[in-house]
Amino acid sequence: MSADGHAAVVAAPSLAARRKRSRLLAWIGHLRHSPAGIFGAAIVLTWSLLALFAPWIAPYPPNKIDPALVANPYPSAANWLGVDHLGRDILSRLIWGARTVLTVAPAAVIGAAVLGTILGLLAGYKGGVVDSVIMRVGDTLLAFPKIILYLIIIARFGASAFNIIAVITVTQAPIIARIVRAVTLDVKNRDYVAAARMRGESLRFILLSEILPNARGPLIVDFFLRLGYTVIAIGVLGFLGVGLPPPDPDWGSMIKETYGMIFVWPHMTIIPALAVSSLVIGFNFLATGLREAADDA
Amino acid sequence: MSRYLTRQLVNIIVTLLAVSFLVFALNELTPGDVARKLLGPYATQDQVDRLYREMGLDRSVFTRYAEWLWNAVHGDLGQSIVYRRPVAEVLWDRLGNTLLLAAICFAVIVPFSILLGVLAGMRERGLVDRGISVFSSICASIPEFAMGVFLLAIFVVWLGVLPGTSPLTRSGQWPIWMQFVLPVMVVTLYDAGYLISMIRASMVEVMRQPFIRTAVLKGMGFRQVVMRHAMRNALITPFTVILLQLNYLVSGLVVVEMLFAYPGFGRMMLEAALAKDIAVVEAGTLVAVSVTMLTQLFGDLGYMKLDPRIRV
Repeated sequence: MSADGHAAVVAAPSLAARRKRSRLLAWIGHLRHSPAGIFGAAIVLTWSLLALFAPWIAPYPPNKIDPALVANPYPSAANWLGVDHLGRDILSRLIWGARTVLTVAPAAVIGAAVLGTILGLLAGYKGGVVDSVIMRVGDTLLAFPKIILYLIIIARFGASAFNIIAVITVTQAPIIARIVRAVTLDVKNRDYVAAARMRGESLRFILLSEILPNARGPLIVDFFLRLGYTVIAIGVLGFLGVGLPPPDPDWGSMIKETYGMIFVWPHMTIIPALAVSSLVIGFNFLATGLREAADDA
Repeated sequence: MSRYLTRQLVNIIVTLLAVSFLVFALNELTPGDVARKLLGPYATQDQVDRLYREMGLDRSVFTRYAEWLWNAVHGDLGQSIVYRRPVAEVLWDRLGNTLLLAAICFAVIVPFSILLGVLAGMRERGLVDRGISVFSSICASIPEFAMGVFLLAIFVVWLGVLPGTSPLTRSGQWPIWMQFVLPVMVVTLYDAGYLISMIRASMVEVMRQPFIRTAVLKGMGFRQVVMRHAMRNALITPFTVILLQLNYLVSGLVVVEMLFAYPGFGRMMLEAALAKDIAVVEAGTLVAVSVTMLTQLFGDLGYMKLDPRIRV
């Protein structure tokens, strides 16, 4: 009898975990019914695979300069998408550029999500001074027009992948903190949270295991929308000349470098512009699909 | 009401102080650069040091911040290093240009997105809704610099019907008003994508309400239901969002200004930040943050006026 009871107690968490996993799978399954979601997922998947296997897929080294090719830089059998003003293969630079943006953007958004989630949970659950301080600092950061904050910080600390990730993390965390805080305020007085408190669970357990799962839906949708914005932000920084340092390929910088030559060789500018747009469209449609799936599930 | 206003105004002043000190501290971590930049690479270290002291840069950050603040409150924003003119002159010049562009964009974006948002939201998941939703989410997904490239390629390079730069001086055969067409188009398509989906969502919400069904059931024409009952209510929630576009339009125009060489506020901030022209960066940031906070305040006030259920 007592052995049975013990077994049931041990089995409970794994059952809960399994149920949670199947709910997540069901959600992803619902994505099938959303054409927008499938379309977005396909684009994101394609770019991710290209980025992952860049060294094997890219036909040329991305920084290989060949001045002879500039005489006829248009798309050809040897260079499918043509070459840029220095004779570098555009397709190879796009593929390697995908690698850059698909590393920097998720790193920045994950950083913001982790920081924002922790701050939002603490602010919502603790209330009082902790809440006011966190939200006050967040509001001050949000009052800054984002692009100006980026400019000031990057002009000050220099443009590097790490600094760009840091800037995006710091500026986006307050928004995520707001989302998580709202959910926390909503559920912190529910009975199961009170029960956990009375069982003497640690603060970490209450925040992460009892409260956080409630915010999972909005957070996942927000995650993909935010990835889209972040790809735009990285592109803007590159276009303004404060992005990732050359010569490594970065889509925004590719546009900036060739923009002045658009009257002569429009393809050098238009192709990377199409690449950025397609990736952002992919992330946004994927987010839309996930939201529709969440409504249906 | 007056207590709410006082609290908000105090809030704005405190934030402005915090922001200005933050910008000051960030830029002052390497003050030596400023003297070197002014004198150029061929000046001796001795000369650099002397200018450094003359400019008072050897004093503590707090002393210099206090001095800057004192002068700023008295209307003296200092001298720009990049433009070699008083900051106030450059600032008002550039801000004027950007406000002009922003005002035109705003005047185009708002009616355009209300029209499409209402059309899409009045029959949820209908054909019109699908079409407009796809259009708006694609527009919102194309970054401004990419949209600028596409439109430039079509209208300037290919068709040759519009000027490719907007320096606001009469150059070549293009009249000045035509220089606004492309920048406004780029901003409108990008920004409206977002607004349309907000307005659509709100419209969908309202169309599900019982009072709409009542209006339809009592035999009112669909057009009248939409115009007289639904639209008014559907525009309350997006009102704040619409107003908030104003502050995007003031500081977010930097990309468009770079695309079309438009002499605006955003480009000034970019040039100043890159050259560590701290006086310009400080003043510009304060202006931008004030615009953000004031639009937010007006947004809240307007919201309360529109929706009597909301009280402070």
